[in-house]
Amino acid sequence: MTLYAIIFYLLAALIIISTGIAITRRNMVHVVIYLVFSFFGTAMLFYLLGAPLLALLQIIIYAGAVMVLFLFIIMMLRVEAPEISMFPFSQWVPAAALCAASVVLGLLLLIPESQLGKPLETAIATPSDFGFYLFKRHWLTIELVSILLLVALVGAFHLGKSKLSAKSEDPS
Amino acid sequence: MASWIIGFVLLLLKMAVVLGVLLLLAAYLVWAERKLLARFQVRYGPNRAGKFGLLQPIADGIKMITKEDLMPDGADRFIFLLAPAVVAFTALLMFAVVPFGEEITLFGQNVPMVISDLNVGLLFIIALSSLGVYGVALGGWASNSKYSLLGGIRGAAQMISYELSLGLSLIPIVMIAGSLSLVDIVKAQQNVWFIFVQPVSFVIFLISAMAESKRIPFDIPEAENELGAGYHMEYSGMRFGLFFIGEYVHMQVLGALTAVFFLGGWQGPFLPAPVWLLIKIVMVALVMIWIRGTLPRLRYDQLMAIGWKVLVPAALINIVITGAVILII
Repeated sequence: MTLYAIIFYLLAALIIISTGIAITRRNMVHVVIYLVFSFFGTAMLFYLLGAPLLALLQIIIYAGAVMVLFLFIIMMLRVEAPEISMFPFSQWVPAAALCAASVVLGLLLLIPESQLGKPLETAIATPSDFGFYLFKRHWLTIELVSILLLVALVGAFHLGKSKLSAKSEDPS
Repeated sequence: MASWIIGFVLLLLKMAVVLGVLLLLAAYLVWAERKLLARFQVRYGPNRAGKFGLLQPIADGIKMITKEDLMPDGADRFIFLLAPAVVAFTALLMFAVVPFGEEITLFGQNVPMVISDLNVGLLFIIALSSLGVYGVALGGWASNSKYSLLGGIRGAAQMISYELSLGLSLIPIVMIAGSLSLVDIVKAQQNVWFIFVQPVSFVIFLISAMAESKRIPFDIPEAENELGAGYHMEYSGMRFGLFFIGEYVHMQVLGALTAVFFLGGWQGPFLPAPVWLLIKIVMVALVMIWIRGTLPRLRYDQLMAIGWKVLVPAALINIVITGAVILII
């Protein structure tokens, strides 16, 4: 086992354990922290696989921005831990079945490739390579996604604004 | 194998020297700040411990270590202990990508004068500064106090907002230098410093950087007359010390980044390279102290308005203009 393999398994264990803890905690702030640890592990995994740019984007966007916003909202709203309750059988069985099916399908896709145990070639994508690849081949997708985000932003702004102006017109 | 060991030892030595200089300078920046602020306010400042109060940082350190370490009732133990470490850790780690000299040869080895020359160094810094938000937000939340929570929420909102303009103000620098590596950015300023090429960027960067470090005039997360001391109100002893060290190390890191992005980094005549970097760091830090002694605190709405309505649009326009000029040339 090479050093890289050892690091890989350590990171994989970190990701799985921290995500597992995250979905079983009742305290929402603890959930956020364990998810951040999990994102850290993912970022280091990206770095290990030769994509430093992707690793840092993972930290900046997911660990640094998205989770901070989650934390912000949890702290503002003082979300209390929900009562312990078991979901009805009919609600979680389809979800579990879907998960199991996707795992089986994924394994079936992997096994006939006869690539089991064959390590990926190490390759390093420099930031400029990555940028050229993304913006030369997939520029249309990127533009579409950014328009989608912009629409969501404008929509959220509109929803918040109409409520605000209605309140200010209220004479009381 | 032998060369590998020498390289490893040299790396450890570099880290030790950088850490030592950072912490020592942080201690004496506190002293300089207290002394200068006192002078701005026609007072003497610390003058009891040693000549000119020069031993004051050491006395402060002893006081902090020997103080009782309190934890408020109902605090979230795990997060309460984690938060100050996050602040100090992210501030110290940012210095890992700052170059402080040209590559030298030692024991037949090329030793780059930077702890780690990442090819995404600039993003590394932005990532760490976005993680620094956790220290403030979680420290405020875990203390189980209304004032701390308010301070933490304000701090998180402020840091998220100004991170945006901080990142955007650096894009023109990357466009001109053609690299995200801090070593290459310094090398690109061999002929002309970027402060002369990108003055607008420089102003936006400096304002955002000061807001990121939560100092007056951007210190509403710890506004004393409204919140006690904000997010670190419930901390005592060395845990408060970690917040404090984090703030002053952050000041130095911002000074170093200003030097690297706009003032030519370690480049300068006559003196050795690390000395030039140190001089530039101290200059920026002194300017920040001066501003602190001069300006009143911003109101919350003013703070948000400056960030979102002035700095972000200005940075975006600056990017477009820089892009157009680069295309024409």
